[in-house]
Amino acid sequence: MPDQNADAAIAVTRFGLGARRGEIELASSDPRGFLRSQIRPEGAEQPQAYSPIQLKPTPERLIEFVSLRQLKLQDPDQRKALLQQRRQPLEDEFLARAGLACKTDAGFRERWALFWFNHFTVSQTKGTVVPIIGSFEREAIRPHVFGRFADLLIASSRHPAMLLYLDQAESVGPNSAAATGTPRRPPGSLIRVAARKKSGLNENLAREIMELHSLGVDSGYTQSDVTEFARALTGWSIGRPRDGAGYLGTAVFRMNAHEPGARHILGRDYAQEGAMQASSALLDFAASSHTAHHLAVKIARHFVADDPPASLVARLETSYMSSGGRLDRVADALISAPESWDPAPNKFKTPYEFLVSSWRASGIGPTEFGQIAGPLNQLGQRPFGAPSPKGWEDDEADWATPDAIVKRMTWASGFGQRVAGQADPVETAHQALGPRLSPAVATAIARAESRPEAFAILLMSPEFQRR
Amino acid sequence: MTDCSMKFTRRSALLTAAGFGLSVTFLGRGAFAASESEQAKRKLIVIVCRGAMDGLSVSPPVGDPDYAGLRGDIAIPGFGEPGGALKLNDTFGLHPKLVTVHRLALAGQARIAPAIATTDRARSHFEAQDVLESGAAVVYGTSSGWLNRALAAIGPARKVDALSVGPQAPLILRGKIQAASWSPGGPDLRDVRLPQILADLYANDPVLGPALAEGLSAKAMGKMAEAAARDSSDQSGMNVAAQPAMPNQGQQNEQARFLGRTLGKLMMAENGPSIAAMSLDGFDTHFRQGSSEGQLAQRLGYLDATIGGLSDGLGFAWQHAVVVAATEFGRTARVNGTGGTDHGTASTALILGGALKPGDIIGDWPTLRSGKLFENRDTAPTVDMRSLFKGVLSDHMGIDGRALDQSVFPDSAGARPLDQLIA
Repeated sequence: MPDQNADAAIAVTRFGLGARRGEIELASSDPRGFLRSQIRPEGAEQPQAYSPIQLKPTPERLIEFVSLRQLKLQDPDQRKALLQQRRQPLEDEFLARAGLACKTDAGFRERWALFWFNHFTVSQTKGTVVPIIGSFEREAIRPHVFGRFADLLIASSRHPAMLLYLDQAESVGPNSAAATGTPRRPPGSLIRVAARKKSGLNENLAREIMELHSLGVDSGYTQSDVTEFARALTGWSIGRPRDGAGYLGTAVFRMNAHEPGARHILGRDYAQEGAMQASSALLDFAASSHTAHHLAVKIARHFVADDPPASLVARLETSYMSSGGRLDRVADALISAPESWDPAPNKFKTPYEFLVSSWRASGIGPTEFGQIAGPLNQLGQRPFGAPSPKGWEDDEADWATPDAIVKRMTWASGFGQRVAGQADPVETAHQALGPRLSPAVATAIARAESRPEAFAILLMSPEFQRR
Repeated sequence: MTDCSMKFTRRSALLTAAGFGLSVTFLGRGAFAASESEQAKRKLIVIVCRGAMDGLSVSPPVGDPDYAGLRGDIAIPGFGEPGGALKLNDTFGLHPKLVTVHRLALAGQARIAPAIATTDRARSHFEAQDVLESGAAVVYGTSSGWLNRALAAIGPARKVDALSVGPQAPLILRGKIQAASWSPGGPDLRDVRLPQILADLYANDPVLGPALAEGLSAKAMGKMAEAAARDSSDQSGMNVAAQPAMPNQGQQNEQARFLGRTLGKLMMAENGPSIAAMSLDGFDTHFRQGSSEGQLAQRLGYLDATIGGLSDGLGFAWQHAVVVAATEFGRTARVNGTGGTDHGTASTALILGGALKPGDIIGDWPTLRSGKLFENRDTAPTVDMRSLFKGVLSDHMGIDGRALDQSVFPDSAGARPLDQLIA
């Protein structure tokens, strides 16, 4: 008979985003049921419910961005204000999403959504996607996280944010109708094409879909498979002004940019014409056992251990393959697996997880972008700014560095000063960690010379730094 | 030369640390017998350029008859033309943004290896970065980095410290030996008791305990190095901690120069680290990479400013320093359909420093002739990346060949260390 209280603390801190007051107690009657109840067909929650600011759909964001970019301001103050205006959607979206994470009652559901966003990373390292990273997550990721993986893969691959981030929007079949003409650059285009350049293939998205999003790098595809899939993807693009107002900033398919003919990818022929060619390949990728393995390893690594037990990976793989890639079933398999409930906390929190769980323990959330962006920048996890399409790393070796520990400590000390309030620190520690709180840390908290110091000790304790 | 009167030591770092709330035991690592031997003065900095840096733009072979045709609009113009390459020899130049590197090259303190690659051919950034940093013969061959294993190899002979720049630990320096890490800026701690309380709580924690101790030590030294770098900066009063949300190119380069200068000061301090690793991102230029100006040019400007800052900050210690800048793989020889380049194979590594032996390009140039390209697509590799690293570790850091072949770069006897690199 597993210890229900210990399991409740694991459910809330390892599967979830850290305990809010009363949350461990709430989960203690049925820790697994507490998690299963968070799986729902409509997907993850939307951040809008946690934001007073309206979060607009992608086309509106893009139209706004283009019109702002056309303004040529000379006055430095006005230019500064304009730059801020262009960044504002990113800040609004990130703050809303952080508000959700800090306040939701369904921490597991939110962690599951964050995992999939990171899997399909879109990052502000590419300037053109700055205004639509949040809307990408809301539109392409959150609705699908408990549905079929194939739907998630297709939604992410054809979203304007992904098409821009991985350079698909301007990739043109070398033998397509468009490649023979002279591409123009219409005023207000979202993408600047190199002037006077003959257009052609760009294989960036094709490769990263195969390597990062689906099959995995060791699944045996070749350069020729990548190039063929890149040809199949040609035509997947974004509406420009000349396409008509209704299409501006939306995902479109350009038949005249599509490479004519059948494609041969991983031993299969794709004779379809048009957009269906790449969709069919994506469906095959999603159905592949390589994809099942790749995703299973990644999920197990994120939720359970940097080096996860092979038996757990096998369970997740089996559930993926037997359900036709249904992510609700995979989530259920993760909850049901005994390996997931190892009492040792093997995962070191990423900076975002550390900050969110600190806020949850304190009972408040960030009210300004800077409150979360400041420490995240310091700790090396810039908001919506993963350094590469691989997304943020997930291992202790990445995050538990000397520099990071000192910066976490400094932040925890300042945060303690702001939020410690009148709450009893020992009680707060029990609420945050339940039976995971060690006697040594409990003693150190009780002996602290001030509430802020006690709070900082809690946040910096080995058991709070891990999950 | 730069101001070398600035002198701070681990002892003076302790004084600062005292105000920062550290107890003296924290920094005590036993004896710091200052060795005056030449070997002890040697510095090594490895810069990992992530995203697959385009060697054909870093050191454009403008004298290669096929270069301009393959590259189209993104070709760097020839010597003497507007925005043209900075001449190294009849074939090779440097990108016009690499002015510091060029100045060093003319002084015999910078060389290029224009057709160098790891053993990995998957054209995956992440797999290739793993191979580049782990030093393994195959991907996932080891989970530690070769610089860390190099520390272990030096260990018995003398105590050498290493440090990575940035809040995340790069694989190249991960492993058994705890390395320090440091990044500039950040507020000061107000609760001076906290470090000692946490050190006690972390006493049995194999990860957090050593990390906290190293972090506090590096923070204390870093603060002094930052102050020293600021004093010697022409941009007095520059505050890197207050980074604008979207710094412009000039500000970015100034930040890079400051970062490099601070790292240099940190390393030249008494008992400062002998080895450092840092990363630069943003070299994945599939789309509109530009030529003399543009996206890639900006990143190269940043790299150049970092190197300039380093040589400045190291001062006299530059004479004993080697800097290697390497990337996971190169990019396609032909421009792609969107004014960029896709994943390729061989690229350019830069090797710089006062300890360098002057010389021409490193390795053979396979040329860009049709039939000579790797898989009819990429610059063909003629030098194994490990040979470059092994040459530096052998002749600069004094690591013996056996350790290099077996522990630092496992199963690498076939990749002979390059000689004639170090003066």
